[in-house]
Amino acid sequence: MIEISDLTKTFTLHNQGGAVIEVMRDAALSVAPGECVGLVGASGAGKSTLMRMIYGNYLAASGRIIVGDVDVATAAPREILALRRETLGYVSQFLRVVPRVPTLDVVAEPLLALGVPEATAQARAADLLAQLNIPRTLWGLSPTTFSGGEQQRVNIARGFAHDYPALLLDEPTASLDARNRAVVLDLILAAKARGAAIVGIFHDTEARDQVCDRTIDVARFTPGMAA
Amino acid sequence: MTPLLQVKGLTKTYGRHIGCRDVSFDLFPGEVMGIVGESGSGKSTLLNSMAGHVVPDAGQVIFDTRDVGPRDTRAMSEPERRMLSRTDWAFVHQHARDGLRMGVSAGGNVGERLMAVGARNYGAIRASAIDWLDRVEIRADRIDDRPTTFSGGMQQRLQIARNLVTGPRLVFMDEPTGGLDVSVQARLLDLLRGLVRDMGLSAIIVTHDLAVVRLLADRLMVMKGGDVVETGLTDQVLDDPQHGYTQLLVSSVLQV
Amino acid sequence: MSDYNFAYLDEQTKRMIRRAILKGLAIPGYQVPFASREMPMPYGWGTGGVQVSAAVLCPEDTLKVIDQGADDTTNAVSIRRFFERTAQIAVTTATADATVIQTRHRIPEEPLRDGQILVYQVPIPEPLRFLEPRESETRKMHALEEYGLMHVKLYEDISRHGHIATAYAYPVKVADRYVMDPSPIPKFDNPKMEMAAIQLFGAGREQRIYALPPFTRVVSLDFEDHPFVASKADHPCGLCGAQDSYLDEVIVDDAGGRMFVCSDTDYCAGRQVDGHRGSDNKEDAA
Repeated sequence: MIEISDLTKTFTLHNQGGAVIEVMRDAALSVAPGECVGLVGASGAGKSTLMRMIYGNYLAASGRIIVGDVDVATAAPREILALRRETLGYVSQFLRVVPRVPTLDVVAEPLLALGVPEATAQARAADLLAQLNIPRTLWGLSPTTFSGGEQQRVNIARGFAHDYPALLLDEPTASLDARNRAVVLDLILAAKARGAAIVGIFHDTEARDQVCDRTIDVARFTPGMAA
Repeated sequence: MTPLLQVKGLTKTYGRHIGCRDVSFDLFPGEVMGIVGESGSGKSTLLNSMAGHVVPDAGQVIFDTRDVGPRDTRAMSEPERRMLSRTDWAFVHQHARDGLRMGVSAGGNVGERLMAVGARNYGAIRASAIDWLDRVEIRADRIDDRPTTFSGGMQQRLQIARNLVTGPRLVFMDEPTGGLDVSVQARLLDLLRGLVRDMGLSAIIVTHDLAVVRLLADRLMVMKGGDVVETGLTDQVLDDPQHGYTQLLVSSVLQV
Repeated sequence: MSDYNFAYLDEQTKRMIRRAILKGLAIPGYQVPFASREMPMPYGWGTGGVQVSAAVLCPEDTLKVIDQGADDTTNAVSIRRFFERTAQIAVTTATADATVIQTRHRIPEEPLRDGQILVYQVPIPEPLRFLEPRESETRKMHALEEYGLMHVKLYEDISRHGHIATAYAYPVKVADRYVMDPSPIPKFDNPKMEMAAIQLFGAGREQRIYALPPFTRVVSLDFEDHPFVASKADHPCGLCGAQDSYLDEVIVDDAGGRMFVCSDTDYCAGRQVDGHRGSDNKEDAA
């Protein structure tokens, strides 16, 4: 489902004297449907960078990132937009929303974007929010005022609203208590069971061990860093 | 898939001053393109050249018309272009006053485009107007009030309703949230996102506000001195800017 | 005997106006610009109508001049005398006997026939003027047949008053093409505009002439669910009893007493000569 080969990334800081920083070289990764691969490595080694490149959020300098049948590294913007809508989900560490949109609508939005009728989308959103223990009284409020943990759970609910064939999860269990962590891990396992290919970053080794089939140390791809 | 809009080599100069130079891009149905840049970057010139408000010096603006497919709007006759701008295109001005008839009631403003394409049943026109006022969250009992009695945010929402009532496929927006209070901006952005999604609109939005493009635009073009210096997915251009100017722009904003 | 050219205007000016009239007849309802001349009456007193009449009058013509339907108001008398003096043509108050009728704000009740010319005095020729003040824009709207705004005006009327409140200068679409201001005639008169005579419209201050050839199709604008109604006061004429003529309301005393009489004085007088009497016109009250 996800095939990465010869992936390279550099940052050129034009306003800092044109400094060129090579952060990734010859990265390779492959994830099959139903598999969950954990990215590990020291802080700053490039875990989030790799994830963002898979999503098309960061540009690759060279190499291939095949998700389904789209090479994200070279695809046209509309192909990546379609991929993100239908195939590739991403739960980042930050919840970024339009102010004043109610939580229920935030979570339902990926389904609405796919043309799912509003009632169905909201029902699914309600189901996820209930699983993630967000009190019903909060569903009509904008999540911008929620606590970090609540925002993270809303973020996760949004990420799991649609059954994406491929999922990128950046620290999905951070800021969660044991009960909610268990819920999230169940969601991940359910996604695996239905055949989703998942790449995840987990600082929590216990969580990682529970859901990941194998791990990749990204330091292998970081120039100047020992593996 | 046929692009909804193909812009090729669009150039507009004012004497020696470059408005916009050699701009090319394709826009597909359902996509929102943001154009950002500072004052003088050429973004408004580009928008006005595309929308036909200003005659460009060179280039093509090819729109996929409903009846005969892709046509260069620059080569169209004026009646055709004006008809297009009343039906399939919409233009939301920065100042609502430029896009509304201030001496006509809200209902009349919304109904005008319908009447311009032949609607002749008062009851039906009024019902459409009420429906659209509701969609832009203006109370139905304001339908007979003039926009002079509306707040800035309401005027802007009325302008949007007036433009969208004929179900256009392409909307041009010039700083749609400029001059509005922050909370009003939020409401408007939310409304625009919903309408774009529900109506399958394509939109081209000019703004200097990176937060607006982050929330509204799928794709982004960055302009400087009349040239497009960078283009790509919005989140990619803002999170991983390649061009020096874009990097400067992004790092100058307090929180994007 | 006078020092003036026939009907006051010089022949070159008449040619210019006649050219404009021909253009207007060729494109019914289209406002033809013309070089309006200085006339011996101020703007707002019918200079457009006078120039058109001057250009079409021939020595054999018989002229009738009415103002709000009456031959005997100051302005009607004044203009009639003007042409008597400068053209020495025959004048009349009888509609049927006139070949050229200059009118301010009314169409005579008696149907006009082939061979007659009706000349209207027009204050503001542009029907869209009050909604769209820019001349550049209204010209484009006419050129491109973009008349949505005209219906906006009617929409506004209905939303404000519950019905189309325009009672005079009611806009019409002529020959299925141009939207035209028929001059401030009451809307009651609009149906009469489909007639056998030639209709010419002159606006002196605004410098426009427009025209309708005989039997041009004239449709008053409306909505499907608010159709046009040519309404008048719901009374008969107090003098001649006519049920179907446009009426003036006349206050007869300082106790609020009033009477409705035909606005068209010639029509009313003619009916009385034929023996018709209204309720306010008993034999012994004369």
